[in-house]
Amino acid sequence: MSTTDSNPPPLTIEVEHLVRTYGGVAAVDDVSFTVRRGEIVGLLGPNGAGKSTTLRILTGFLPATSGIVRICGIPVASRTDDAKRHIGYMPENNPLPEDMRVNEYLYYRGRLKEIGREKLRSRLDEVLELCDLKRIQHRIIGKLSKGMRQRVGIAEAILGEPDVIIMDEPTIGLDPHQILIVRDLIGGLRGRMSVIISSHILPEIEVTCDRVLIINGGRIVAQGTPAELRREVLGLTHYEVHLAGELAALPAVLAQVEPTLVIASTAGPDADGFHHATFTTTRDEELGEPLLRALAAQSFRVRSFSRTQPTLEDVFLAATKRSWDVVDLPNAASRKPEGGGRK
Amino acid sequence: MRHFLTIFSHEVRMLLVNTSTYLAAVVFLFVMGFIFTFLLEVYSAAAQETSPAYDFFRLFLGFAVFIVVPLTTMKSFSEERRLGTLETLLTTPVSTAEVVLGKYGAAYFIYLLLWGSTAGLFYLLHHFATDPRLLDPGTLIGGYVYIAVSGLLFVAIGVFASALARNQAVALVLALALLFLLIFGTKLSLDIQFLQLEALRPVRGALDYAQVFQHLDDFSRGIIDTRHLFFYFTGTALTLILTILGVEARLLHN
Repeated sequence: MSTTDSNPPPLTIEVEHLVRTYGGVAAVDDVSFTVRRGEIVGLLGPNGAGKSTTLRILTGFLPATSGIVRICGIPVASRTDDAKRHIGYMPENNPLPEDMRVNEYLYYRGRLKEIGREKLRSRLDEVLELCDLKRIQHRIIGKLSKGMRQRVGIAEAILGEPDVIIMDEPTIGLDPHQILIVRDLIGGLRGRMSVIISSHILPEIEVTCDRVLIINGGRIVAQGTPAELRREVLGLTHYEVHLAGELAALPAVLAQVEPTLVIASTAGPDADGFHHATFTTTRDEELGEPLLRALAAQSFRVRSFSRTQPTLEDVFLAATKRSWDVVDLPNAASRKPEGGGRK
Repeated sequence: MRHFLTIFSHEVRMLLVNTSTYLAAVVFLFVMGFIFTFLLEVYSAAAQETSPAYDFFRLFLGFAVFIVVPLTTMKSFSEERRLGTLETLLTTPVSTAEVVLGKYGAAYFIYLLLWGSTAGLFYLLHHFATDPRLLDPGTLIGGYVYIAVSGLLFVAIGVFASALARNQAVALVLALALLFLLIFGTKLSLDIQFLQLEALRPVRGALDYAQVFQHLDDFSRGIIDTRHLFFYFTGTALTLILTILGVEARLLHN
């Protein structure tokens, strides 16, 4: 499987049946997924789910117990050095040598990644500019703030213009400004390089990533775009309404609009007599207009109406709570088997 | 091996920039200068059989090695492992062998530098001494060659200890223990009654060969014995191979 510049492989990361055990305990248990060129993929999971282990195996730092990993078609286990030439990696907590200067460090890393001296100088310039490190390039790394260190880590990862960039929790510990900067940096890489990020900061993943893989207990429990995941895992659309009126008549009204529309919860009444009701339905279409008209026709007073999208956090909590054997959602039968599932 | 020079020059630079290297250098030179002055006083008090250089190097083996080697080698792997930068280093297309050899080369280079500076002590002696018999060129050259050759093995042991240990203090103690075993342990084992048994003759033979103080004696008399050279070269190669394997083993099981 040779790769030439004129015809780069469309799949930059291929993972098949990856297993990694530590003394009998499977940290990664039969994980399979692929990443296409130019995609940004998020790897979500609770602590101890196997995210860092999976990423480390991808980089060739950790050997797997069994399974195949290919980076740009190159198998990592047999041609580790070749595979490493296509990877840029930023580990968890972004370890950096404390007594080097930023430009020294980046120059050293560039030489290690076999970038020629001439090209390295111009590339260094580009990267410093891109990550806004020009003003601090002569500072000692030990003296930098956390946000600057993250930018140095990202600069180092993109230095060799690798096909694959692997980042383990890149925004951890950053303040909202710094998170925005890092997010923009990562977003800017889309299309040119494949990026795989692990995190448990869900809003970040939701905004930045094209696709999400949820990993729990060493297995992938869900994968897809954020929209697909919401639909697949939670399967319901929610409407939140503040209304006042005869609650007993509500089910009939809902059934009239849409048979699958049911009341999920009601709260109140508050000081003004309004209840906070939540309706759920399995239908995807906009039911706002007929619902409002029906409620008005039945003399319900509506103060506020919104269709709430479940966040990735809801998906995550639901996906990582359920076990393999439980099938508890109505559309489970139509769901296709997830990647990495047991046969 | 393409990256060896990059890693080597980087490691040397880092050692030269670091304050702990200079701290170790100051302690070492202070101790050696003190020993030297002490020796000179002994010599000026009464005539001795051997030249000052001989005692100087003997004290090196018994004492100075335990200061220089651990202090210059304990940081090589332990610090990187603690910080986590070993992980980023090994995700570049460098082999573990290149990393180990680069760090070893840098540590050995600093070791040679430190020892080269003790030559200044002998220069002082040469400048001020009136008695030409005090300065014995054979002993001096033999002694320094011995330091260079045995340094290969001792620094390798120090790097080995650093590669196994998680932090610097453990690396220090481990290096001390291994060096002690090598230098004094081989000497003391000659007295063990158990080893006088006929059946253990090959073991005794091996131990006789590994007598480090004996090696020093021979070198100091100006005899460069290739058997001793062989001992140090193969010992160094073995220790470095074990270090490379050790680093990879820690990765596998961590």
